[in-house]
Amino acid sequence: MPLDASFAGHSYPPTVPYRVGREKIREFCEAIGASDEACLDPEAARKLGYPDVIAPPTFAIVLTNSGVRLLVEDPDLGLDFSRVVHGDQRFAYHRPIHAGDVLVCVSTIEEITSRGGHDFLVVRSDVTAEGGELVVTGWSRLVVRGE
Amino acid sequence: MEPAERTLDLPDRTFRVTRLDLVKYAGASGDFNPIHWNDRFAAAVGLPGVIAHGLLTMALVGRALTEWAGNPAGIVDFNVRFARPVAVPDTDEGAELVVRAALRQWTDEGYAVLDLTATCGTDKVLSQARATVRPS
Repeated sequence: MPLDASFAGHSYPPTVPYRVGREKIREFCEAIGASDEACLDPEAARKLGYPDVIAPPTFAIVLTNSGVRLLVEDPDLGLDFSRVVHGDQRFAYHRPIHAGDVLVCVSTIEEITSRGGHDFLVVRSDVTAEGGELVVTGWSRLVVRGE
Repeated sequence: MEPAERTLDLPDRTFRVTRLDLVKYAGASGDFNPIHWNDRFAAAVGLPGVIAHGLLTMALVGRALTEWAGNPAGIVDFNVRFARPVAVPDTDEGAELVVRAALRQWTDEGYAVLDLTATCGTDKVLSQARATVRPS
């Protein structure tokens, strides 16, 4: 059964605040082989004008996925995650994420379409810091393969 | 500075991805989908075997982008479509990913818009991949 198109425009509540840690950034850097000093050494980051080590750009997915998870787990939307394929990903950055940030994500279904027995969702995830400062926006296009 | 006269050196970048990298990325990102570490599960859902996380591929392209920009915070906008899976065999060599960029244009703000490709063997694993970067 196709997804209910009336969910387009629906926003989910903010995620539980996520505190970004230096060692988490280091772990992420090691996993992707990133060796930028500004990501590993607080002093190097400060020289570039950041308050602490900065995260590699795609670290943002840790935040945006926590928002997307809320809609994946929404029984009213009824997404079958075993048939979901991540089709596209986009990030628009306002500033780098840095250690010490406390971030929340609000995910919104921007679009739901059905074609050829498959459903397509575009989910926008706005990641904000304390005080509501927008840090990064992610767009994930999910394809739900037909049965 | 005349943006039209600026150039950016964009040497091809090659990355090797092994099963160990997938395990590390799963832990670091929190993405424990078994298609990225369990051959039995991957085969059952019709994949050629364990495949890399799409976001790991995107992260490696991101490394190339920040190197090209000479700026660890230089990515302004980054968009990819995961066109084909990156199969990672259970070998010491794993899979090899080649990332290339072509300068599309300079924006009025002095940002470079790059068209990107990522290939694994003969497969183009990304399509419609583009980034806007702010060089240092």
